[in-house]
Amino acid sequence: MSASSFVLLGNGASLPWSTIPEWPVASFIRETSAQLERGGRLCSFFGVKDGAAVRLVAIVAFDADNLLAAGRSEPVDDRFPSLTLLHPQAHLFEREIWEQFGLIPEGHPWLKPVRRGAGTAPANGEFFRVDGPEIHEVAVGPIHAGIIEPGHFRFQCDGEEVIHLEIALGYQHRGVERALAGGPHRATLAQIETASGDATIAHATAHAMLMESLGGVEAPLQAQWIRALALELERLANHTGDIGALANDVAFLPTSSACGKIRGDFLNLTALLCGNRFGRGLVRPGGCHYDLDTERTSTLLARLKSSLADVEQAAAWFWDAASVRSRFESVGTVSAQQAAEIGLVGPAARACGLVRDVRYDHPAGWHRLAQAPVAVWPSGDVFARARVRSLEIQRSGAFLVDQLAATPGGAIHEAPPPPAPDTLAVALTEGWRGEVCHVALTDAAGRFRRYKIVDPSFHNWMGLALALRGQAISDFPICNKSFNLSYCGFDL
Amino acid sequence: MYVFDTLTHRLKRGCETMAYPHGPAPALPDRHGGALRVDAAKCADGCTACVPVCPTEAITHPPGQPMALDLGRCIFCSACVEICPVKAITHTDDHRMAVRSRADLVLGAPGAEELRLASALDEKLRRLFGRSLRLRQVSAGGCAACEADVNVLGTIGWDLGRFGIQFVASPRHADGLLITGPVTKSMELALMKGWNAVPEPKIVIAVGACAIAGGPFVGHPEVLNGAEALLPVDLFIPGCPPHPLTILDGLLRLLDRLDGEKSSTS
Repeated sequence: MSASSFVLLGNGASLPWSTIPEWPVASFIRETSAQLERGGRLCSFFGVKDGAAVRLVAIVAFDADNLLAAGRSEPVDDRFPSLTLLHPQAHLFEREIWEQFGLIPEGHPWLKPVRRGAGTAPANGEFFRVDGPEIHEVAVGPIHAGIIEPGHFRFQCDGEEVIHLEIALGYQHRGVERALAGGPHRATLAQIETASGDATIAHATAHAMLMESLGGVEAPLQAQWIRALALELERLANHTGDIGALANDVAFLPTSSACGKIRGDFLNLTALLCGNRFGRGLVRPGGCHYDLDTERTSTLLARLKSSLADVEQAAAWFWDAASVRSRFESVGTVSAQQAAEIGLVGPAARACGLVRDVRYDHPAGWHRLAQAPVAVWPSGDVFARARVRSLEIQRSGAFLVDQLAATPGGAIHEAPPPPAPDTLAVALTEGWRGEVCHVALTDAAGRFRRYKIVDPSFHNWMGLALALRGQAISDFPICNKSFNLSYCGFDL
Repeated sequence: MYVFDTLTHRLKRGCETMAYPHGPAPALPDRHGGALRVDAAKCADGCTACVPVCPTEAITHPPGQPMALDLGRCIFCSACVEICPVKAITHTDDHRMAVRSRADLVLGAPGAEELRLASALDEKLRRLFGRSLRLRQVSAGGCAACEADVNVLGTIGWDLGRFGIQFVASPRHADGLLITGPVTKSMELALMKGWNAVPEPKIVIAVGACAIAGGPFVGHPEVLNGAEALLPVDLFIPGCPPHPLTILDGLLRLLDRLDGEKSSTS
């Protein structure tokens, strides 16, 4: 088996566990490294218990080829050579493997806890410190000034300038992955929907795709259509909120006030679909729980068009104002090379000029039939991240208007057969923050032996840390808002 | 050009703040369903169809006792409403759900078919907070949905400021905490530091199924199953997340600011 390479599969596909190629751990790391050097991108990298030992599993995406690749190590019980030294995008995955299974990634440059608790606070470990007479340290959080999730930021500053930012999370850890093992349980869907609660549709759709793939079926076309619509409504609401929040942070109140309201209007469109503003209860394994009939479609379309016109107007004020543009330009810059090295995804990656979008690279479900153009901007700064969101609002809006013109019709739900035993399934969706990756491995009884969730924030928090290097600390709020990452999606 | 555009747009839009509570409340989405009502007397002997479908184990039906539904745990998925053969659990389409006592969220016993809605704070606290309430929001494992729907109350459509209610950055400036999330163990220290920094007298408001009872994470060793594990809660607002209207109703009910509407049943 060692001469062969990773096994290829498409988004939403599954393979018998025994057919995933395996190597002794050192060769597996070398092989994974070779995959990444060929242009692969690390979607997921995690451990699976195998008796008293642990196997490592890597899921690599070849975006240009629209393919995923999977490989695994033979069982290992103490250590493995760190992949991070060659591929920084592996750094958090390796810390997580060390935290969850005690395997030591030898040579890892910054091995410390990811989210593990220690009594009444997370086990943060030591922070990186810069010494010198002019250096001071600033600690922010876990409780922040606004109505927002908790996390801790530790800045090493020389005067106003940030030399280094270290982000310590784990405050939100609710034990999601641990609880999913052995499932699906009756709380599983609710836990998936709240894994990162403002990206409910993205996570629930990835989970549903896994369940359908493990059952050997596809959701009815009508349900795939509704999921695609709901995913774009989720994107519209959150991107609009982000534009408003960015406007607020540079004291540009007209756009801030307008977007606060329009965001709610978009959330209400999701509620029109399923009763819940965050899409809870809409996506189910096997389809959707609520249908979109002709009358509701025309109501949705009319309200959507009106909200799109509103947000277009609010964004136009924003982009027309030189004072806004000058606050955003050349602030919080991440280069395309950095973005590729640390494995950024979603709008944060596209704002560095990387064409990286699951809907385009790995189309599944309805996106095989209909796509929106990928929005990209090259400058890598706060301006670019705002610009990409603004473009995506336009493109998601146009996509929705286009798709609402005709419904595929038919059933919305067919319960999938029970999951196949000893099978690995992978599903990606493009949530509003970027790639949501779910991987499920079933045991001999068809229960989850391992369920691995990678929220886009897991890849992207490092991007925020890099964006702050050399910036004035007073620019932290706009840099942070320009990423607007999930704490609970990271902490799980 | 831009200033002129902005002004004409503002004039065209007019006031975007809703009339409620002085006018009618905005309608809930038709598929929302609102609060639940439980007529346990309708249950067939020994029927437990609703018990296993509840994702948060909010429903119990011990033999010989009436079925009980805990709306504090409920995430409003409607699975029980859909499976009940005799329509013992029904939607009321009522947005009002906030209560003062945890026990008031348990439905099913005779006389407890519906929620016992919150009464106002006592006279002394009402005089202190009734026209000016400052809250520090603490998310302790919240998934960002409760946080978002609390945040939305500050937007121009809801304009929470008109009631004298405001969210502040420092607990030292606050009259209480509004807590979301199941209260993770990893937030215990921070939450208690925040609480201890709020000057007396102070209140606690638990928003959402997680903060009331742990929500989808109830029973996980990583969480404390809601705010009551650490603090005395003065107002419980159920939902996953609660609709902004439900949250606003709860806050106004607590402050006795719902003119013309009966604010107390207890």
